[in-house]
Amino acid sequence: MSTEKKIGCAAEKTVDMRVNIAGVEWKNPVTTASGTFGSGAEFSEFIDLGRLGAVTTKGVANVPWAGNPTPRVAEVCGGMMNAVGLQNPGIDLFCERDIPFLRQYDTKIIVNVCGRSEKDYCEVAERLSEEDVDMLEINISCPNVKEGGIAFGQDPKAAESITKAVKRYAKQPVIMKLSPNVTSISEMAKAVEAGGADAVSLINTLTGMKIDIHRRRFVLANKTGGVSGPAIHPIAVRMVYEAAHAVKLPVIGMGGIFSTQDAIEMILAGADAVSVGTANFHNPAVTAEIAEGIESYMRTYGFTRVSDMVGLVE
Amino acid sequence: MAYREKETVRVLAQECLADSIFSMWMETEAAKTARPGQFISMYTNDAGKLLPRPISICETDGKEKLRVVYRVTGEGTGTEQFSRMKAGDTLDIIAPLGNGFPLERAKGRRVFLMGGGIGVPPILELAKQMECKEKQIIVGYRDGQTFLREEFEQNGTLYISTEDGSVGTKGNVMDAVRENGLRGDIIYACGPAPMLRAIKEFAGDNHMECYISLEERMACGIGACLGCVCQSKEKDPHSNVKNKRICKDGPVFLATEVEI
Repeated sequence: MSTEKKIGCAAEKTVDMRVNIAGVEWKNPVTTASGTFGSGAEFSEFIDLGRLGAVTTKGVANVPWAGNPTPRVAEVCGGMMNAVGLQNPGIDLFCERDIPFLRQYDTKIIVNVCGRSEKDYCEVAERLSEEDVDMLEINISCPNVKEGGIAFGQDPKAAESITKAVKRYAKQPVIMKLSPNVTSISEMAKAVEAGGADAVSLINTLTGMKIDIHRRRFVLANKTGGVSGPAIHPIAVRMVYEAAHAVKLPVIGMGGIFSTQDAIEMILAGADAVSVGTANFHNPAVTAEIAEGIESYMRTYGFTRVSDMVGLVE
Repeated sequence: MAYREKETVRVLAQECLADSIFSMWMETEAAKTARPGQFISMYTNDAGKLLPRPISICETDGKEKLRVVYRVTGEGTGTEQFSRMKAGDTLDIIAPLGNGFPLERAKGRRVFLMGGGIGVPPILELAKQMECKEKQIIVGYRDGQTFLREEFEQNGTLYISTEDGSVGTKGNVMDAVRENGLRGDIIYACGPAPMLRAIKEFAGDNHMECYISLEERMACGIGACLGCVCQSKEKDPHSNVKNKRICKDGPVFLATEVEI
C-alpha cells in the first residue's frame, strides 16, 4: 500500500473518541464502575489510567466506614455477588491521598459519594466542592447498607429531594446513580432530573441471595448481596434504554459490560458513556481494551463521533 | 513502564496426590519472583465462572516452573475443572500475588513450620528456602493420606498429626507439638481458622513470634474490591479502619496484628 493511500484512508476515517458528559469532556466514553476499581492505585500496575475517559472511585463517606462482616463476595453463574457494605477510608484521607494520586493521570476524576443521611451526602459534596475533582456520582442505590443508600434510591420523592439537597452544596456536575431494584426506572430517572441532576448512571447491582446447601447457610454474611456481571447485562441494557427515553440528561450505562460488544450495545441503547465493573476482576486491563475496541468498531462502521451512535438502535 | 498482566500459562504436569488433592506444575514467568507464602489467581476456561481462584504456591524452581497443590472443592467447581487439565493445556493466571512469609526472621532461630489440611502445601517452599537453627515441620492431615510427606522429610525434621490417628500423633498439629515436647522461637503457619487461633494462643503463651497465613473469599485478588478483609488490632493505614486486605496486605500477617 502506498503512503499516500494510507494517509488518505486515515483522514477519511478520523475517529473522535471524546464525549461530553454534563459539560465535562472525557477523552473516551469509558469509566470504571464504583467499588470495582478502588481509587485506581491497584489497577495502575496493570494499565495506564490515562487510557480511560474517567476513573470513578469507590464510594466515600464523610467518616471512615468499616463495612460488612465477611464473607463479602461470592461467585454466581455468569457473575458475582457482593455485600462489602461501602467500606471506605472517609473523605479526609481520600482527599489527602487518593485525589493527588489520580491527578497524576490524564483522566477525569469522578468521586462516588455515599452516606447514611442527607446530611452525610451534603457534607461530602461540600467538602469536595473545594477539591480538584471533575464530577460527583451520588450513590443512592447500594443494596448492602441498612440506612441511607437504597432508601433514597427506591422512592422517587426521596430521590428528588436528596438530589436537590446535594446540588445545593456541589460545585461539580452531579451524576445520580440509580438502582435497578425499582418498579419503574423511568420514574426514578425523571425524579432525579426534576431534582436538578446533571446526569444519571445505571444500573447498580440487583439484590440477590445465595445459599450453601451443604452447610444450609447463607453464603454472604449479610445474607443478601448485589448481583453483577454478564448475567445482568440484558437487564441493564433494557433499563438504560428506558431511562434514556425518559430524561434529557446524559446517561452513563453500566451493568455486566465484559467486552467491546457489550459496551456498544449499551451505547446503542442510549448510553452516552459506559462504566466497566465486575469485568475488572476477570481481566485487570479490560477497561483500556474496551476503550480501544470502541474506537475500532467506529472505524469499521464509519462513525466519526461517539455521540453519533448513542441511542441508534431501531 | 512495564505493566503487570494476566498471563496464559501451559500446564506441565498434573497428578492426584490424595482424595480431592491435586498437584499441578505450570510454566510461568512468575516462577522467577514468587516467594513462599504468596499465591496465584487461577482463572477457569469456563465463561460462567468469572472470578479467579486464589491458590497458594507450593513450589517454584526460581526459573520457569511453579507448582500448586490444591483441593477440589466439589462437583462442577472451578477447582474440579483445573483438576481435569493435562500437560499441554493452558490457563490464565495472575501471579505472584500477596506478601509471602518473612523468611529473614528465621535466621539463627528454632522454627515451627506448621500446616493443616489445604494449608500444608505453602509450607513446602517455605521449608525449602528457610535458613534457620532448627527446622521443625509440623503438618496435620485428616487421615493417612499424608501428601507431600517425602518432600517435607527432605527439608527438615517432620512431625505429623492425623485426625484419625493413622499416622503420627492422633489429633491436630498442636497435639503433635505437645506430644513431642517441641520448643521454638518463631512460628510460620497456614491452615484453617480454628488451627490458626490455637497456634496464635500457643505463641502468645510461649512468647514466640508468629506469622499466620489467612484465607477468605476473594474477588479481585489485587486489593481493590475489599472483599477479603480481616479485622486488624489497630487501625490500618490504608483502609483507615480496623480492616486489612488479605490479598494485598497479606495473606501472611503477624498473628498479634489481626483478630482471628
